[in-house]
Amino acid sequence: MSGGHVRRPVITGVGVTAPGGVGVKEFWKLLTDGRTATRRISFFDPSPFRSQVAAEADLDAELSGLTPQETRRMDRAAQFAVVTAREAVADSGLDFAGLPPHRTGVTVGSAVGATMGLDQEYRTVSDGGRLELVDHTYAVPHLYNYMVPSSFATEVAWAVGAEGPATVVSTGCTSGLDAIGYAADLIREGSADVVVAGATDAPISPITLACFDAIKATTPRNDDPEHASRPFDATRNGFVLGEGAAMFVLEDLDGARARGATIYAEVAGFATRSNAFHMTGLRPDGREMAEAIRVALDAARLAPEDIDYINAHGSGTKQNDRHETAAFKRSLGEHAYRTPVSSIKSMIGHSLGAIGSIEVAASILAMTHDVVPPTANLHHPDPECDLDYVPLTAREQRVDAVLSVGSGFGGFQSAIVLADPERSGA
Amino acid sequence: MTTATWVTGLAVAAPTGLTVEEYWAATLAGRSAIGPVTRFDASSYPARLAGEITGFAAEEHLPSRLLPQTDRMTQLALAGSDWAFANAGVDPAQLPEFDIGVITASHSGGFEFGQNELRALWSKGGRYVSAYQSFAWFYAVNSGQISIRHGLRGPSSVVVSDQAGGLDAVAQARRQIRKGTPMVISGAVDASLCPWGWVAQLTSGRLSTRDDPGRAYLPFDDDAAGHVPGEGGALLVLESAEHARTRGAGRVYGEIAGYAATTDPRRGSGREPTLRNAIEGALADAGVEPADIGAVFADAAAVPELDRVEAEAIAKVFGPSAVPVTAPKTMTGRLYSGAAPLDLAAAFLALRDGVIPPTINIRPSRRYDLDLVTGAPRAAPLRCVLVVARGHGGLNSAMVVRAVDRPAPPNR
Repeated sequence: MSGGHVRRPVITGVGVTAPGGVGVKEFWKLLTDGRTATRRISFFDPSPFRSQVAAEADLDAELSGLTPQETRRMDRAAQFAVVTAREAVADSGLDFAGLPPHRTGVTVGSAVGATMGLDQEYRTVSDGGRLELVDHTYAVPHLYNYMVPSSFATEVAWAVGAEGPATVVSTGCTSGLDAIGYAADLIREGSADVVVAGATDAPISPITLACFDAIKATTPRNDDPEHASRPFDATRNGFVLGEGAAMFVLEDLDGARARGATIYAEVAGFATRSNAFHMTGLRPDGREMAEAIRVALDAARLAPEDIDYINAHGSGTKQNDRHETAAFKRSLGEHAYRTPVSSIKSMIGHSLGAIGSIEVAASILAMTHDVVPPTANLHHPDPECDLDYVPLTAREQRVDAVLSVGSGFGGFQSAIVLADPERSGA
Repeated sequence: MTTATWVTGLAVAAPTGLTVEEYWAATLAGRSAIGPVTRFDASSYPARLAGEITGFAAEEHLPSRLLPQTDRMTQLALAGSDWAFANAGVDPAQLPEFDIGVITASHSGGFEFGQNELRALWSKGGRYVSAYQSFAWFYAVNSGQISIRHGLRGPSSVVVSDQAGGLDAVAQARRQIRKGTPMVISGAVDASLCPWGWVAQLTSGRLSTRDDPGRAYLPFDDDAAGHVPGEGGALLVLESAEHARTRGAGRVYGEIAGYAATTDPRRGSGREPTLRNAIEGALADAGVEPADIGAVFADAAAVPELDRVEAEAIAKVFGPSAVPVTAPKTMTGRLYSGAAPLDLAAAFLALRDGVIPPTINIRPSRRYDLDLVTGAPRAAPLRCVLVVARGHGGLNSAMVVRAVDRPAPPNR
């Protein structure tokens, strides 16, 4: 190793738009209260679909500071990203106008891009599916930006005045972790000094419902929407769709310290591996996720015993919760049994590409407040899921280092280690 | 010292050829594949030309069960991944399971697959949507499917940066190699030549509406009036120099030497575009001076304002008409995220053969201080080549590739 300065990416600003409340404060209150934001879908009549519940975010575009033109040209997922990025920027206390723009980057994770916009626009240009040769004269002028979701990254870049590298990372349901891993690399290698990074998705749309119905991935528990998302519970029967965004300000630790910033956490380790098995299926042994966890811990120079809390993927499908329970045991050994594990998807659903970043927000808030959010709706533990999943009630305990994981269609398995650079000795 | 990232395998899926050498021969000969759209009836749309791939029969390359699960761009990418590993002389199964990653760029996912399922949804109902829709259309599909086909369990990813994404993916692959993964297959293959994709592309306002294939896509020409879309792309096998040496790699096309990316401010902000910074950043990252660059493969938008910005950036970095500039994509149309990887492939072949392929059909505008290679290929001793790619919203990426001197591989 050279003796040169090692840049350490830290999170100094956070913004969240999640079901149950817009903004970090309401989000954290919902989680620590153990309340759920899942409900019967209100955006359209869901009755033709097998799964009719979702966790919807109450975004008021105008109240959130979007101009009428921004609202018109952006898909809902882009709106989430921009509103949430502005919250993160304000929270960081960093004077973005005083930064060299070419040293500021943007990384946005999204699994399904502008699905809502595309679904609605297809319906129009095809005249309700009647026209195979869809009619271009009915297309909105922003359709290209719906087609190619890198528009999310450029919208955020414009909103914060960034002129460095901007991209969208789209690795299915690990996008929200992978985007932060990507941004951390930009800081570490010196491609940017500040990166506004996070993830967004707004998938609650007929085409999304239909495609998850077709593979029975989402829950049919339509008679009890508030208790429909049941990670690690023996009665779980699929995930509940969600939506939202979390965005962060990442910068180098030394710079953050020099300006006296509030440092939420260091992005101490990140790794992703693929299972090369099946586009939607998981092998029960969790080998590839375990490998990602091991590599992320190595990068963070932490041992399994240093992890105080595991923020699980915990989607509430039969196969996922078993798969990651196996991965935790395989990678952390006995420590897996001693570490609290929880899934906030029990409360805010699964917002596909966004959720990884929203879970990182929950993880760093757990560190800030020394409180572990619970797994709601966990009344009947699955014998195959035999770890401490923090059922129903939040738990006060010291949290200096968190492991958060994600698992996605395409076989992607990601792990991120967040550590307090002041307390964990990382 | 970080390890160098070499390219040791190439695969091309281009309208002008489905093998590296077929594509390269067509490119040097200036043969165009741009013609009337045949995939669907485009007569009612204002744009009617495309660069289509002909002669690709997915069933000859893929198991039949995969055909209903995959969009055309995924079928091309899966076949391309076979060709890339074969070209590199690599059997992925012989490497440790976590030693190969796959990092692709996507532009619009499996858009044609999505079109067909959206039609099923809105014309017949949700129950008629394919069980494969959830993973066949999304942006991550090519990385996921390539990973499964070849058993690749290393670090994988997908980036979407419109038409700059192909370079961003290769740069991300280089990052993983620098962090210790010996091999990554990277690049991009795109195809959205379907009515829904066509209508979405039309709203960019950048499609040429001309009907004469020889006059439709004319970058850096006074007559520039938009581009012609195409389909395809390229996949590259990237490998740490150390790993390539150790296994005695048969081919080394060159090194991924430098890269940088920038984002333009929003139009009307009064701030300058940033392409020049991306080019200078890529040169600095490669540790080379402008004079070291023997050729520039331009983004070549063929939208007058965008051509002006690119021409000015190149002239400012290199000096007026001081470096040969070319755009072989005038023969294929723009392949969206696949365009830049195909340009990288062409750049490596240019390094290999000491020849710069031409830009066809254009008469260079006198407004730009560019030395455009037109008409015929130009022989040139090349050491470094710059590839430029840009995406909507002002995404700029630039990559420097460099020749690698190495002793002949040991006799086996």
